[in-house]
Amino acid sequence: MNITKTLDAKGLACPMPIVRTKKAMDTINSGEVLEVLVTDKGALNDIPAWAKSGGHIVLEQKTEEDVLYFYIQKA
Amino acid sequence: MAVNKWTAAKVARKVIDNEELFILDVRNHDAFEDWKIEGHKFEYLNIPYFELLDGVEEVLPKLPTDKDVLVVCAKEGSSVMVAEMLSEAGLEVAYLEGGMKSWSSYLEPIKVADLENGGELYQFVRLGKGCLSYMVISEGEAAIIDAVRFTDLFTNFAKEKGVEIKHVFDTHLHADHISGGRNIAAATGATYYLPPKDATEVVFDYTALTDGLNVKIGASQIDVNALYSPGHTIGSTSFVIDNKFLLTGDILFIDSIGRPDLAGLAEDWVGDLRETLYSRYRELAEDLVVLPAHFMIIDELNKDGTVARRLGDLYKENHGLNIKDEEEFRRTVTDNLPPQPNAYEQIRQVNMGKITPDNDEQTEMEIGPNRCAVR
Repeated sequence: MNITKTLDAKGLACPMPIVRTKKAMDTINSGEVLEVLVTDKGALNDIPAWAKSGGHIVLEQKTEEDVLYFYIQKA
Repeated sequence: MAVNKWTAAKVARKVIDNEELFILDVRNHDAFEDWKIEGHKFEYLNIPYFELLDGVEEVLPKLPTDKDVLVVCAKEGSSVMVAEMLSEAGLEVAYLEGGMKSWSSYLEPIKVADLENGGELYQFVRLGKGCLSYMVISEGEAAIIDAVRFTDLFTNFAKEKGVEIKHVFDTHLHADHISGGRNIAAATGATYYLPPKDATEVVFDYTALTDGLNVKIGASQIDVNALYSPGHTIGSTSFVIDNKFLLTGDILFIDSIGRPDLAGLAEDWVGDLRETLYSRYRELAEDLVVLPAHFMIIDELNKDGTVARRLGDLYKENHGLNIKDEEEFRRTVTDNLPPQPNAYEQIRQVNMGKITPDNDEQTEMEIGPNRCAVR
């Protein structure tokens, strides 16, 4: 997987992780991949739900030491 | 326009007083479908906050102007954002302080009855989670039954009433919420009772709650009598208080009955459940007022916000008490059960003292609706 951009949203509380993710998405091209690091547990459901509503694809997500990692391919 | 901040207590009053409210719930659809703030006259609109980042114009026509609008999210942050956007668009709206997290934690103490010689019986209604706890007060002393984990609320309430907490009971080992019983007992020096059959794996000391156990509260000697009533768990025990009230724990609710599967043994315990509901309780006085440990739906609340019904009325109205055929009863309580409560296995471990999560983790475990019943 080719990561185009990484967004560090660790320590931010809802709604900021999604607000920042959306802004970062606006800066990459269709088909490119954004990596997002979050610690807010609400993101676990909200990021996939947000991605789905915009047609983006969550290629992979994982949790390592309380940090959530999302790899989102832009629609 | 101003953005107002509402507390969970204020929303609780709206529920109990049967008032109108329009809730704009900005959590994701799954979270909303699973669990929301229930009110008789509440209306809802669910639009996730992340669909409103570019603006709230599409929502504006869907919001009423003739009633209060409350924006709700999981923890507060997103509801503040959306409320501010609506405010900039010229609407007066409020958000729920602390979000669904604070709604899940809020308890409303309501007096159920005055007991003999100045005694009182209180029901603590946890609207967001459907949990009901009880405090019996009588001249200087108190007993608590099925306390939820917010121990300060109970100890402060006792302080206000000028009573010393002497006895703390759990009707069974809870699977849907974390018990506050052990911590209250530790903080006050009270005795903590658990049914031994539910406590085979607990890692702390407790006093055995067995059939026929009797304690008397305060100078007026209010009677608290234990009645073994298995079925939800093998240890489940009920209480008869002052010969007037039947605290049924998770065995019998207003509009439903207990489920026998949360400790993993539905098939084994269905016979016990039948015996308790169709024989043991049948032998009790019909005028006893049933006070359960849970409610499932808002319709189970009385006008004053309490959850209470005459036993004789339940034998007429509660479907779960009127299944004549034993095989049909067995099927009802073992097939087609609702999903199990969030994190119920972990919650049982906490209540056994095996794990000790921090406050945030406990809050996460308890998120979601109550699911202790079969309808």
